[in-house]
Amino acid sequence: MSAIATELSAAELTKGAGLPKWLAPLLIIAIAYIVVPLTGGSYLFEAILLPFLVLSLAGVGLNILTGYAGQVSLGSAAFMAAGAFAAYNFNLRVEGLPLVASIIISGLVAAAIGIVFGLPSLRLRGFYLAVSTLAAQFFVQWALTKFSWFSNDSASGVIDAPKLSIAGLEFDGAVGRYLFALTVVVVLTFLAHRLVSSQTGRNFIAIRDNETAARIIGIPVLRTKLLAFAISSFIIGVAGVIWAFAYLRTVEPAGFDLDRSFQILFIIIIGGLASIRGAFLGAALIVVFPLALSRLGNFLLGDVFDSGVLDMSQRIVLGALIILFLILEPDGLVALWDRVRRRLLLAWQSS
Amino acid sequence: MPISSHAFGAIEASAYAPEIHAQGLPASKPQALEGKPEQPVAEGAAPLLSLEGIGLAFGGVVALADVDLSVAPGEIRAIIGPNGAGKSSLINVISGVYRADRGRVHLNGARYAQVPTQQLARLGVARTFQNLALFKGLNVLDNVASGIAYRTRSNFAGQILGIGRSRREQADQRGRADQILEFLQLTGVRDRLAGTLPYGLQKRVELARALVAEPRLLLLDEPMAGMTATEKNEMAAYIRAARDRFATTVVLIEHDVGVVMGLSDRIAVLDYGRKIADGAPDEIRNDQRVIDAYLGVASDNEDGAGI
Repeated sequence: MSAIATELSAAELTKGAGLPKWLAPLLIIAIAYIVVPLTGGSYLFEAILLPFLVLSLAGVGLNILTGYAGQVSLGSAAFMAAGAFAAYNFNLRVEGLPLVASIIISGLVAAAIGIVFGLPSLRLRGFYLAVSTLAAQFFVQWALTKFSWFSNDSASGVIDAPKLSIAGLEFDGAVGRYLFALTVVVVLTFLAHRLVSSQTGRNFIAIRDNETAARIIGIPVLRTKLLAFAISSFIIGVAGVIWAFAYLRTVEPAGFDLDRSFQILFIIIIGGLASIRGAFLGAALIVVFPLALSRLGNFLLGDVFDSGVLDMSQRIVLGALIILFLILEPDGLVALWDRVRRRLLLAWQSS
Repeated sequence: MPISSHAFGAIEASAYAPEIHAQGLPASKPQALEGKPEQPVAEGAAPLLSLEGIGLAFGGVVALADVDLSVAPGEIRAIIGPNGAGKSSLINVISGVYRADRGRVHLNGARYAQVPTQQLARLGVARTFQNLALFKGLNVLDNVASGIAYRTRSNFAGQILGIGRSRREQADQRGRADQILEFLQLTGVRDRLAGTLPYGLQKRVELARALVAEPRLLLLDEPMAGMTATEKNEMAAYIRAARDRFATTVVLIEHDVGVVMGLSDRIAVLDYGRKIADGAPDEIRNDQRVIDAYLGVASDNEDGAGI
């Protein structure tokens, strides 16, 4: 449902503007690669851009499963954790395995776990499926805490991530890690974009919109659902690797709790279901919003606005925001964005 | 992921090559499978579809009781009856959405207790739904093209990378979809999202999605429900044209007896899950039981004397 207004307006927009569709993304990527590293400070990279990139990627992954294929999942953080720990262990235990290889393998591990926990989707739908994906969340977190082998028997369970280097090229410092994360996100987002506009992507949408009809016209429903789980988990797993290796620089199960799963779900709901751009807009809001709120609170209330108050007000405002979005703009920020752009475009054309 | 593609590889390896069904020739005799009992011959040709003693109950409610039906290749076969007579249940049994409690479905010479829904398209059967079942998030072209998505051989990785085969498949499927859109005069709404179309057009898009596979057997569940008289006549013309062009056998459910009489070759009448009449439109029109159950008569006692 949510896709309708979004896709339609996107089509109209590009028609109206007369610009090729790939121009805007290309421009953004160029700015992200050239302008941002030259101008940004380390706070921008460490506190804003790195979590934004990772959460965007996780949002893209979940959007494939939930937005396009219509299978609600509350296990995203588990797949992130699976990816992060798999990458850590492959990196640790396999001598001379290139970083790129261990990232891809860890994505495949997450995909395999995604398929296993996607099996209930063959029988369960909607709310019941969401609850069953909680099993992934709790099981993975339990397994990672219970078996210290995963964290190389470290006493605290918190382990340092290895250095990022590809073919002798070191990605050190905030800017280096930012460029590393950016590259992974750009590549996977591009592939995800190709996927959702392919026959497989259309099969996802068909199953979401009418499963019985999809089965009758011969779309392999079971296989397509599991494929959606696998691809989504792969992307989310890689996001987990970036989260641990490039953003936090440590690997620990605690960061991948249920809150994180909800956060990613909120990102795609606020950003816009069944939209790649939506994941980025939603992640931007989720990352920037707490920082903006704390600045604003400090500015208005001074010392009264301590971390406790911040945390509380953050939850209240975010909760209210989600409810507002669900009621007023179920198609998310993407729809809002497109409407504003269309207005501006019309105003510009008529003047 | 290779895991998932191979795990269900069995589905792909169907005994029914899509090419065979793409022809949809009414003249071609259904291939006899081993161990298949001999069919009763209806009107000279072996029936494409025949139902044998179908019984279906939901809890205590009997939806279908001992229904026999045979459909000859190339005919337009209507099933009519009052609300709740079991018409939709019958279509759902034929398409495997329901499993009949009793009886068998013979299709293309094979005999089923439950028709394998996932294989339906490969068996050369397509259907539409009583309530619209389009994919709202896809445009009209992609909705129609999805009707032959089951023939896709390329996997998702090839599609992402855009290798030759996936490109050719997509171009081929969209080309076929475009032909059907033109045939049903839907080209004007080709790029609209299906969910944004008016009801009558959505019904026609659903017909297009079913037709694009060039099925041998087309099941239409109330294709004209909720339409105006003009739209109904248009739809009837499209159904007839589809039969003539693609040599498709049509089984349809409809309420509007007038349209059905003009459109169908043979009509079966259901009442309370039982078949009470079966024959050419003229026979049905004059069948006393049908008149009593469904068509109705002018009352003998028009003045209401004695009431």
